[in-house]
Amino acid sequence: MTARELLAGGLRIEAHKQRSTKAPIRAASLTERYVIPLDQHSGLPAVPLVKPSDRVRMWQPIAQPAPGISAWLHSPVSGEVIAIEPRPAPHRLGAPTLSIVIANDGRDRRFENAAAIVSFEQISPNEACEHIARGGIVGLGGAAFPTANKLESSLCENGPQLLLNGAECEPYISCDEVLMRERAEDIVFGARALLHALCSPNCTIAIEDDVPEAQAALRQAVDKAADPRIRIKVVPAIYPAGGERQLIATVFDAEVPHDGLPADIGVVCQNVGTAAAIARWIRDGQPLVSRIVTVTGDGVSEAGNWETRIGTPFSSLIADCGGYTERMSRLIMGGSMMGTSLAHDDLPVVKATNCIIAASALDLQPRGLEMPCIRCGNCSQVCPAFLLPQQLHWYLQPFDSDQLARHGLLDCIECGCCDYVCPSQIPLAERFREAKPLLARELDAHLSADAARARFVARNERLARLEAEHRAKLAQKRRPKNEPTS
Amino acid sequence: MTFPTAPAPHAVAHDSVGRVMRIVIYALLPTVALHVMFFGAGLLVQIVLGAATALISEALALRLRHKPFEPFLKDGSAIVTAILLALCLPPLAPWWLVVSGTAFAILLAKHLYGGLGANPFNPAMVGYAVLLVSFPVQLLQWLPPAGMDIEQAKLSMGETIQTILTGSLPSRLTWDAVTSPTPLDALRTNLKMGMTMAEAQAAPIFGALGGRGWEWINLATLAGGLALLQLRIIRWHIPVAMLGAIVVCASLMYMIDPGTYAGPIFHLTSGASLLGAFFIATDPISAATSDRGRLIYGAGIGVLTYVIRTWGGYPDGVAFAVLLMNLSVPLIDRYTIPRIYGHAR
Amino acid sequence: MITALVTIIILAALAGVATVATAGAPKEISLADRIDALLPQTQCRRCTFAGCRPYAEAIAQGAADINQCPPGGERTAKALARLMGVPPKPVGKEFGVVPDSPAVAFIEEDACIGCTKCIQACPVDAIVGASRHMHTVIAADCTGCELCIPPCPVDCIVMRPAPAVVR
Repeated sequence: MTARELLAGGLRIEAHKQRSTKAPIRAASLTERYVIPLDQHSGLPAVPLVKPSDRVRMWQPIAQPAPGISAWLHSPVSGEVIAIEPRPAPHRLGAPTLSIVIANDGRDRRFENAAAIVSFEQISPNEACEHIARGGIVGLGGAAFPTANKLESSLCENGPQLLLNGAECEPYISCDEVLMRERAEDIVFGARALLHALCSPNCTIAIEDDVPEAQAALRQAVDKAADPRIRIKVVPAIYPAGGERQLIATVFDAEVPHDGLPADIGVVCQNVGTAAAIARWIRDGQPLVSRIVTVTGDGVSEAGNWETRIGTPFSSLIADCGGYTERMSRLIMGGSMMGTSLAHDDLPVVKATNCIIAASALDLQPRGLEMPCIRCGNCSQVCPAFLLPQQLHWYLQPFDSDQLARHGLLDCIECGCCDYVCPSQIPLAERFREAKPLLARELDAHLSADAARARFVARNERLARLEAEHRAKLAQKRRPKNEPTS
Repeated sequence: MTFPTAPAPHAVAHDSVGRVMRIVIYALLPTVALHVMFFGAGLLVQIVLGAATALISEALALRLRHKPFEPFLKDGSAIVTAILLALCLPPLAPWWLVVSGTAFAILLAKHLYGGLGANPFNPAMVGYAVLLVSFPVQLLQWLPPAGMDIEQAKLSMGETIQTILTGSLPSRLTWDAVTSPTPLDALRTNLKMGMTMAEAQAAPIFGALGGRGWEWINLATLAGGLALLQLRIIRWHIPVAMLGAIVVCASLMYMIDPGTYAGPIFHLTSGASLLGAFFIATDPISAATSDRGRLIYGAGIGVLTYVIRTWGGYPDGVAFAVLLMNLSVPLIDRYTIPRIYGHAR
Repeated sequence: MITALVTIIILAALAGVATVATAGAPKEISLADRIDALLPQTQCRRCTFAGCRPYAEAIAQGAADINQCPPGGERTAKALARLMGVPPKPVGKEFGVVPDSPAVAFIEEDACIGCTKCIQACPVDAIVGASRHMHTVIAADCTGCELCIPPCPVDCIVMRPAPAVVR
């Protein structure tokens, strides 16, 4: 028996975090070039404000949000824009995407922005949201959703409850843990700014039960702030307890509707890293131009957490960690459960880069030969969305869209728990990831066909009615002529 | 520097179908050991014959279906089928019984439907049902359990093998002298002859709980089953529902008329109740798949087992009960999809 | 004997109860309804009928074949064949080319003279505009039937790939 414990939804798995949390946060080396992809956040790509050969200063805005969901981008260094061209990006699995390339002049001359530092209590919540947007703040938990957009869509009558997610459940990632240990005050400051921006009555900071040092630091910071609205909630260290929907279920004992958002049940969830980034922006005027990145795995000589400027090449971070070991075999951005595997390291750190795993065969435990499903049901025991992965798998071949929809394929969060426990070694998460867009498209086609039918029927009825009215009118006009006068 | 890429998750638990099947086989060992203690080495010969047949049939089917040999021959599922079927057969049953039953189970009940993971019916129970319908006489030739002042003809290992292979006993013995009905069978026959329950259970083959010897074998099965539960190879829903249903049915009828109906303890420790609950009905491939579905499935098997045992014409009801419930699995699965996160209760 | 009879009767009764309980009141669904449900609802008339529904009724009455729907392509032809219990066949060339990907109409607004002819042609009311004012196509409601293209006097309507659905 492996060291696993099956629970009703979720897994207790080896965290692999000790190696990267031994040393404190260190600053990553500066490099000559910084590559800033314009589409590194969810939503629409940002629109460049600079052109090649422009000189930029550190923290200067270099791209503004497109209308809709988008975010500001700032220069992490001072220097010169040398190109705006497609460059490989990690969030595009190494495919090129339009990026601003900046040559570092090494002087870190700051962009003077008098309006940056504000006392958030003095401004209205709406202004606070706008201000947060101006800092280029996006969710640092991995999805990089623009924070201001999320705040705006979450505003509700009495203010939503704020949930700060410090439950870093994925194996290997420890950037939030060290952040909570070393910069708990930033988190609490950010929490208060968010409470203000949301008109929110209270804030819950969720933290896992296996990080006592971070808990202690956070408690100290919360006590020091003496803000009665902020409380700490310890949650069990179960993967994927830190998933937004799962965490909300754990903390508030309420479920987010399958077709809705946390805001629908009056909750806004933000990562603790996002809160700290907001604190740095509002308090120090530093926009989101750097983040903590965990570099770990048996494939690097030394593991650690690095304060890394956005745009730093992966290879530079790896060099900071003493380079690859001979056992290096797979490069992963994110955790070992949901991270994406990358073909090369000539990629920039983006706002969503929480962790880089240089994995060796020891970390990976190669998958065995895929066997047929024996319907053992281990997968359904660990599925945090309460799905039956064994049935979904059955209905994938051949693709049975009705049954897949009935069994909730679109509710799969792709956490990989089912994969992890499958004795037949079936790559279930991968199959579901591939099938979800197909099913969504098919359901959309059904919906639009229904809508088209309804519009067609309505039009025909309207035309028939108009025709009838027209005839009636004609008949009325004719009648007086034909009727004999008496 | 370039690296190979792969889809997430990047690390998975080290588990395999083979490991699951091996643990099931180990968990059956106490049952097999006690069986041999009470009924002689016949079972071992049956298992060897059955396992060999299972592997040969499996290989043949894989060959015909153009599937790779190694992973499927090594997964152990054919061996589990063979052992379960062998446990259901009388220890001295002629060789062609176990061979034809196992071959039928593997070739028709398993591979005709698509092999491992695709068989709607439990292969071992299909094999057993076919034998029971085709050769009822041979399947009733059970032996009396050893020890405990019951007459038992001692056969050496050589004589056992010879009996199984030739189908005839050593010249010093006759079938009538060697065989004895199973407790369930004996009870049925005695009750049919008009005896009361007390008279019927006075026969020497009845022990404190169920049948002599049988009660111990069943306790060994219970131990193996609990080990499977502990190791999370099976979950509690099917065994608890099935045994619970048997106890409820038996208690109810026993309360109505203790003179005609045997009590719940007798039903639990006789026949294949425990083997069925922990090792046969829990075969996940042919069982319902959600927790609620498994409760319904298990309870259905329990009720049908009791009904067939008590009012049917066969020595035990487990095999047919399992097959009947296998038949209703698609229906059960359809109506027991669990509530999904974020959907209305 | 009696036990068996009683058992069978009880089982039949249970099955009956289960069927009634789960199925509810059976709704009358005509063959034309079922065919119509399989059609893409483009309303493009390439099948030679005045829309999907009329085509469905024609199939139901045996007046049309199952291979007359180019927008539905092979998928729809197969589904129809299965429903009607006839061997599947590819979409007839005389009805038009099966499109590779969905398209929607787009009005080049500089050229539009506001004649409203396309609005009258659209079978699903997906074009908005007023007389002598510029018209536009609601891309989300456009089925790509192309019926608006021939009536346009200035040829300002083109087909473009359908926008991706944003979830």
